[in-house]
Amino acid sequence: MNTLLKLLSNRWTLGLIVIALVCLVPIVITSKYWMHVFILILIWSIAALSLNLIMGYTGQANLAHGGFFGIGAYATALLMLKLNLGFWPALLLAALITSVVGFLIGLPTLRTKGSYFAIGTLCFNVIVFIAAERWESLTGGARGVIGIPPPSPISLPFGIVVKFSTLSGMFYLSFFLLLVTLFIKYRIVHSLVGRSFMAVRESEDLTSSIGIDTMKTKIISFVTSVFIVSLSGSLYAVYIGFLDPEIASHHVTFEVLLFVVLGGIGTIAGPIIGTIIVTLLGEMLHFLEAFRLVAYGLVLVLVIIFMPQGLMGGIRSLQQKIAARDM
Amino acid sequence: MDLLFQQTLNGIMVGSVYALVALGLTLEYGILHIPNFAHGVLYTLGAYLTFLAVAALGYNYWLAMACAMLVLAVMGIVIDRLVYQPLIAAPHLNSFIAAIGLIYIFKAGMLIIWGPDFKRFPPINEEVINFFGATVTIQRIIIVLVTAVLIVLLNLFIKKTMAGMSIEALAQDREGALLAGINVKRVETMVFAVGSAMAAVAAALISPIFLVYNTMGDAVILKAFVIIILGGMGSIPGAVIGGYIIGLIESLGGAYLSTDYNEIVAFAILIGVLAVKPTGLFGTRAH
Amino acid sequence: MLEVKNLSKHFGGLRAVDELSFKVEKGDILSIIGPNGSGKSTVFNLITGFHEPTEGRVLYLGEDITGLKPHVIARKGIARTFQHTTIYLQNTVQGNLIIAHRLRTNTGILGAIFRTSRHRQDEKQCLEKAEATADFIGLYSKRLLPASLLSQEEQKRLAIGIAIATEPQLLLLDEPMGGVTDKEMGPLMALIKKINEQGVTICLIEHKMGVVMSISNRVIVLNYGRKIAEGLPENVAKSKDVIEAYLGEDYHA
Repeated sequence: MNTLLKLLSNRWTLGLIVIALVCLVPIVITSKYWMHVFILILIWSIAALSLNLIMGYTGQANLAHGGFFGIGAYATALLMLKLNLGFWPALLLAALITSVVGFLIGLPTLRTKGSYFAIGTLCFNVIVFIAAERWESLTGGARGVIGIPPPSPISLPFGIVVKFSTLSGMFYLSFFLLLVTLFIKYRIVHSLVGRSFMAVRESEDLTSSIGIDTMKTKIISFVTSVFIVSLSGSLYAVYIGFLDPEIASHHVTFEVLLFVVLGGIGTIAGPIIGTIIVTLLGEMLHFLEAFRLVAYGLVLVLVIIFMPQGLMGGIRSLQQKIAARDM
Repeated sequence: MDLLFQQTLNGIMVGSVYALVALGLTLEYGILHIPNFAHGVLYTLGAYLTFLAVAALGYNYWLAMACAMLVLAVMGIVIDRLVYQPLIAAPHLNSFIAAIGLIYIFKAGMLIIWGPDFKRFPPINEEVINFFGATVTIQRIIIVLVTAVLIVLLNLFIKKTMAGMSIEALAQDREGALLAGINVKRVETMVFAVGSAMAAVAAALISPIFLVYNTMGDAVILKAFVIIILGGMGSIPGAVIGGYIIGLIESLGGAYLSTDYNEIVAFAILIGVLAVKPTGLFGTRAH
Repeated sequence: MLEVKNLSKHFGGLRAVDELSFKVEKGDILSIIGPNGSGKSTVFNLITGFHEPTEGRVLYLGEDITGLKPHVIARKGIARTFQHTTIYLQNTVQGNLIIAHRLRTNTGILGAIFRTSRHRQDEKQCLEKAEATADFIGLYSKRLLPASLLSQEEQKRLAIGIAIATEPQLLLLDEPMGGVTDKEMGPLMALIKKINEQGVTICLIEHKMGVVMSISNRVIVLNYGRKIAEGLPENVAKSKDVIEAYLGEDYHA
């Protein structure tokens, strides 16, 4: 019993158990509706995790994340439909395109501090939205892009064929990319590079005085972040099979922001928790319509004033309090 | 030639609205050092309130405008007290997030009350006059004149009254102002009241010409941000000049170039300017 | 080692630094003193690239470093502390020192993601440096504590530790004794001397004359951004200009 408890308290075993449980979901859950909700949660979790990298760990309020999500989604769809590329090359190429755009936008906006970056990226998000809506020959304008095919099946050894046209195939694909994202993020956060990100967040002056190129650090964080959000955009495109300009708008940015803030800015698991809670509540409270959005707003304001580290941060400080009492 | 003249007049009119919104924003930035993203939803609220007063309650247009100003001034104070003040010591990021929360609350709230449909004012000052060969409605002239008067009044307020001077002192040198015993909270309250009231005026002026709808503030607030970055955050002349410049560029660009991408011009200029001069065209006090 | 030539910095109409020239020789502990607002911190900001000078040049080891970015100057071997003690409050003492040694390592983001042997090597190097520095500044036993829990004096030590973990040849200290009690000054001065004995040249801004007199081998006095005196501490203290600058002309009359 004791060893079992010990095993459970180890992060890695706990992680493996969670992974195993999630892998069981498509087998246990038969409802198409809930599978759909879970897949969306996986896709949006990736987006939330990537926003957290630049915003939570590097302290730069990127308000164009929806725009980059949209660029990744549109690029994937158009590469697959117009150039007949397969899903995997399209996924990578779209992420590269998004990264280049991110780099070009980061260069002028990241040179400045705080407010300018937030405003500049928000304006850029609007440009992306307008381009998606008006550049009809490329994006299909307000009608959008339809008929995006699912990734073609891949065959593994022993005659196993993974099909992505099924809900469970899509579920595993999204879960796989979420794990890759988590792995990358974990490695970055626990490295010298991640330490530089957090150093920039705390004080740019001190950080440049100890020989770290703050501009380069911010660019690296930003480009990595938009590379990853492009992956989630690609998943969204092939899963839903249809895109319209709204998917590239700042409303998407705000929603992903809500996931991150509620779950916990600058924590590893927070953005996922936030995505799960908001998505599930959103589905359950759908009938409330606009009142739901008022509630979103209230949650953002209240959380940021009273619990700025979100749910994960709240839990952490609670743990610390308990630990301090035990001592 | 006629087209040029007409479009220039139009540009000045739209620029007036931009200038008024940007003025409120730049004042708030000067004091708080955070961009109040929620300023745009207050502008929209100002339009709805004016509409409500004129169309539903049958108020006189000017009385309706005054009511909208009053309500928004109170709203500005409430927002400052409840949301921005508690965050003053927190990282800037937190204020941005709170502002986005406010946008959600106000936009969804207005959607619940007024719905997604466009609202049209009953005709107001639609008489046409001939002006050097161009025809303009009286309302358009009113927009330009009222804005000009407000800008002059605001300048007098800031340069000549104690309350106004304390705003400028605080914006230019926070520590110095604190040492001189200026009550920061009071100044902040005043700035939010004045800034929000100006957004109400801007909305009340333009909405009889255009329509009133839920997302009308989105583009305006972003352009106002572009303007105050161009003009230098916290700079009053910068906001006014920048407002007219963006108004004219859009109006002339829309007439002679493409109307499709007209909306993008301002944002493209912004990113271009940031690339060349991160502190804005006239700005010295970057933050 | 460091040569400042005709350095000027104007903020609008204000001449914060006005045609200032001085030299720092290898092994010096040079103090820069002067009344409040005499431009001392601005001089540091000009040397370390935080401000761009209006006129003049800064030469370091014979090389012109005027207008270089702060991080480039830090890599060349000039470290600094800030007047308002600046440390990473949210990080541990050790974390503060690890990141301070980052500039002497190379691996990038791919190295971090794939955890290459090079990256592990870099991490080990930073950790060893951090532990050695924590020991050197007397905070080894507190190295795992969050920096926010340290006392004012310990935070001052840590700020100096961050600077020396970058392995500088020249260290600029901006009011290292600011906000520290008289009793705590002794150990801090000993730390500064110990750093100097390791071969690091030191230049400091200080208000407390007792500290300046006992620690420095040379003193420069600034007033209104201009140098009004330079020399051995005991000579400078007697200089008429200096006394006037500090106490006003009435003192003599």
